[in-house]
Amino acid sequence: MAGAAVLRRLTWVVATVEEVVEETPRVRTIVLDVPDWTGHRAGQHLDVRLTAEDGYRAEREYSIASAPGEPVAITVERLEDGEVSPYLTQELRVGDGIELRGPVGGYFVWDGEDAAPLLLVAGGSGVVPLRSMVRHHQRSGSATRVRLLYSSRTLDDVIYRMELDETGERVEVVYTLTRDHPAGWRGYARRVDPDLLAEVAWPVDDGARAFVCGPTSFVEAVAMSLVELGYAPARVKTERFGATGGR
Amino acid sequence: MEALDGNAIGGLLLEVFGAEMTTATGTCAGCGATAQVAGLVVYLEAPGTVVRCRSCDNTLIVIVDVRGRKCVDLQGLSRLEPAIH
Repeated sequence: MAGAAVLRRLTWVVATVEEVVEETPRVRTIVLDVPDWTGHRAGQHLDVRLTAEDGYRAEREYSIASAPGEPVAITVERLEDGEVSPYLTQELRVGDGIELRGPVGGYFVWDGEDAAPLLLVAGGSGVVPLRSMVRHHQRSGSATRVRLLYSSRTLDDVIYRMELDETGERVEVVYTLTRDHPAGWRGYARRVDPDLLAEVAWPVDDGARAFVCGPTSFVEAVAMSLVELGYAPARVKTERFGATGGR
Repeated sequence: MEALDGNAIGGLLLEVFGAEMTTATGTCAGCGATAQVAGLVVYLEAPGTVVRCRSCDNTLIVIVDVRGRKCVDLQGLSRLEPAIH
C-alpha cells in the first residue's frame, strides 16, 4: 500500500525453546518455535519479556540470529549484572516457554537485492544481526560480494567461528583480536582503526554499502572512519548496543 | 548511562505508533536537523525512554510507562514522518 504506513499489532506470544547451542562460555544461541511468526528480514530484532513472581517485568531487544525462512533464533551474551541475559544463558532449557514479540525494525536490514558489495563490521556480539545477513546471502544464492570484519577480544570469544570459517569464497571473513591472540595468528591483532578499515573495506568507487554493529564507541569510531574513507553517510548503517542494552 | 540509538526502541515505537518507526524521519524542533529515528540518540530507563537529537542534543521524544500505559511526549519534534513502504 504505497504512501501509507502499514498498521500492525505487535502482540506478545509465548515461544517454545527448541534448541540451545553454546557458542562460547558466555554466549548461547536459542532456537525458538514462535506461534504465528510472520517471517523476518535479515537484521531485524525481537523483544523478550521476563516476568518475576512478584510481577516485576524486564524487557530486552535482541537481534534475530537466523536467516529469513529459518526457525527464529537469538544469540545472547551473558552480562554478569544483567537482569535478563543470565536467565536466558544459564537457566532457560529446551521445552521452556518464553514471552516475545516481533519482528521489529526496518532500518538495519539487508534484503539481498543489492548488487553493490556489502561490508559488514562487527564488534563482539554485534555480529549477531550480521550473521543473519550472511546466512541470508548464502541461502538465497546472492551474487553480492560480502566481506565481514569481525573484532573480538580473543579467539575464544569469536561467536559462530566454525560457521564463519566455512562460508566459502562468496563471503570473506576477516578477524581482528584486540586483547590476546594465539601463537602464529595470521589475522589482525588490534582494534579496528582507520588504517585497518582502509585495508579491508571495499573501495568507495564500487558503491559499497556498510552495516556496522557493536558497542556504541566501536560503532561511532568505525562509521566515522568509513565516512572519512569516502563512504556516503547514507550508505553506512549503524546499530549500537550498550552493556545494559539488548543482545 | 550509555547512549544507544533508535534501533533499540523499534518494538516500543511499534507498540506506541502501530507502525515501523525506526525508518521514520524526525525533524528537531530545536535546530531543524532531520534524521531517521534509527540514527537518533536513545537512553533507556533514564527513567523512561529519552530520545535526543544527534546534532544539538535537544530532547525529542520521552516515553514513560505509567501503570502499564505508555505516555508519549513529542514536544521536541516539529515533524515525524513514517517511511513510505
